[in-house]
Amino acid sequence: MTTRAALLVLADGRFPAGGHAHSGGAEPAVKAGRIRNAQDLADFCLGRLHTTGLTSAALAAAAAHGLDPLALDQAADVRTPSPALRAVGRKLGRQLMRAARSTWPSPELAALAAARPRGAHQPVVLGLTARAAGLEPEDAAHCVAYEAVSGPATAVVRLLSLDPFEATAVLARLAPALDRVAEEAAAAARDGIDALPAASAPLLDITAEAHAAWPVRLFAS
Amino acid sequence: MSVKATARITAVPDGRGATALPVLESEGPLALRRTRSPEPGYARVTVVGAMSAPLGGDRLAIEARAEDGALLAVDSAAATVALPGAGPDAGRASYALRLGAGEGAELRWLPEQLISACGSALDQTTRVELATTARLVLREEQILGRHGEDTGSLTTRLTVHRAGRPLLDQQLAYGPGAPGGWDGAAVLGGNRAVGQLLLVDPVLETASLVSRVLGPTAVLTPLAGPGVLVTALAADARLLRCLLDEVLEELLHGLRAARGA
Amino acid sequence: MHLDHAHHGPAAVSADAARPDGTRRALRIGLGGPVGSGKTATVAALCRALRDRLSIAVVTNDIYTREDAAFLLRNAVLPPERIRAVETGACPHTAIRDDISANLEAVEDLEEAVGALDLILVESGGDNLTATFSKGLVDAQVFVIDVAGGDDIPRKGGPGVTTADLLVINKTDLAPYVGSDLGRMARDAAEQRGELPVVFTSLTSAEGVGPVADWVRAQLAAWAA
Repeated sequence: MTTRAALLVLADGRFPAGGHAHSGGAEPAVKAGRIRNAQDLADFCLGRLHTTGLTSAALAAAAAHGLDPLALDQAADVRTPSPALRAVGRKLGRQLMRAARSTWPSPELAALAAARPRGAHQPVVLGLTARAAGLEPEDAAHCVAYEAVSGPATAVVRLLSLDPFEATAVLARLAPALDRVAEEAAAAARDGIDALPAASAPLLDITAEAHAAWPVRLFAS
Repeated sequence: MSVKATARITAVPDGRGATALPVLESEGPLALRRTRSPEPGYARVTVVGAMSAPLGGDRLAIEARAEDGALLAVDSAAATVALPGAGPDAGRASYALRLGAGEGAELRWLPEQLISACGSALDQTTRVELATTARLVLREEQILGRHGEDTGSLTTRLTVHRAGRPLLDQQLAYGPGAPGGWDGAAVLGGNRAVGQLLLVDPVLETASLVSRVLGPTAVLTPLAGPGVLVTALAADARLLRCLLDEVLEELLHGLRAARGA
Repeated sequence: MHLDHAHHGPAAVSADAARPDGTRRALRIGLGGPVGSGKTATVAALCRALRDRLSIAVVTNDIYTREDAAFLLRNAVLPPERIRAVETGACPHTAIRDDISANLEAVEDLEEAVGALDLILVESGGDNLTATFSKGLVDAQVFVIDVAGGDDIPRKGGPGVTTADLLVINKTDLAPYVGSDLGRMARDAAEQRGELPVVFTSLTSAEGVGPVADWVRAQLAAWAA
């Protein structure tokens, strides 16, 4: 049974799963002067969407499709060379797990929580959550792809005092690209774990490590 | 006229403390030469002929394997330049590297840069299979465009398995036809030289490694397994190599010390 | 192992009184209030007053990470492993009310790392008069205001002043200098809060936090009962 409204609940920025404290790499990019305005934000979001966004969306789609979540958790590790980003992935996964089990309790979520008490990677948990909510793999991919760009956009509104209408317009213009990435991710997930994309973003990996060591920062990542 | 060629290297211990090369097969533009190794025990192979290949439509491959206990170092005499093929229908070129190292073996894969010339289209795949006690030193550098020109279209995928389990999987895509945002603040930030330096060694299994920021656009990160990856961006090939050389020397020194201890 | 069982269904809700291993979790008290009212100083004084008898830990929610945690560490009110800082993405009230997941993770991590705890103090980042803690995160909350912030704050009300389980009016020693009328503040607070308690503190002396410490002890007694 598919329910479009369940996707709205899961994708809502107010879904209490800890995402509000993460900038998706936007905080170090703003500090380094690489994001100064809405155009830079659009380029940043597009790059993030097509790299870590696609990779994460495919992991989520694969989990929603019913592939082994522990194998997918390892696949996420292998696709995340930065220890800071692996830690963030598991932290957000653990926080999402709490919200998910209160919202859509399922034996599969409980089993993953028991197997990974310190947290499984967030996209894997999200895929299982979507499954528990009766959503399709492509819904899970859409949700993760959208998070990949909405997190940085929200953060940049706070970091640069960017006009929120401009930031939302950036997201709206990304909609066709989001649809294509979700479709591609869901298609890859149908072909099994070896077919999952591993698109990576060198600057996100590099700056995540430096950011994690900042003594003073607004965002957790 | 596109070319299809595969060069093959197999290294084995020669029983006298050195490494022999029972298979050393050149083909087409991929010419292999056994060269003098500066380090005792290693067999060194230099790829000498790949300078102006691959052209659009070419399908080139190198298979290199260090069998159990063998020490193999592979480098190249010059940078590999991906160039446009003859005519508009030449299609994309492919360059497949299939590397392996057995138990107690070591493979050092330290070629010169891969340069993506304007108008070229190349897909490079590097697939590495390591035994549990194998060691790997691997460097890849992608230079986007020759001096002052735009980049060609380049995709790379680096997949490393150890003891049959995945250790690292990374895909990069740049230039015309690549998904949008590749030059933006999340991916390259305007840099034109991208490098990866990967070391896998069983001694890293027990080492407590922490990541290290090597500069504003370079970082050393411990993987979720016995390996470290250096990811670096630079404005050009020379700056990138300086950075990678420095950290490579330090890492090799550290590993020798760890094995000696 | 009944760990998995304990996590099933509704047991996953955050305000569950038991830890996964079945033991009673620590009492969690939130401290909120406007910037500069003395929240961190109150937390430090509470730790000093209670740490000999109770096993205590602190979670801070800074606007900028770690500043309050660094203050507590510098002043050595607790060993470092008992202090956690939570990043709030520039929105401290979100982290204590709307999306409490990072704070819940921090309190669980503390109980795992330190062992059995009696009390966890969750300090909010300095925020406005509307910031309150979620009941999913804390069992009781303290709202700290100060006389120098203006003696009309109790009259203005707001969720913090009106509904907090304890209202602390801090820095009474400054009242003569800033022209604040303590009697008026007490009357206004009583009007806003009905039966809910109000205490006045001055943290210039070690005993200054006494009324708050007494209230915390009473909460603990009720929690353990």
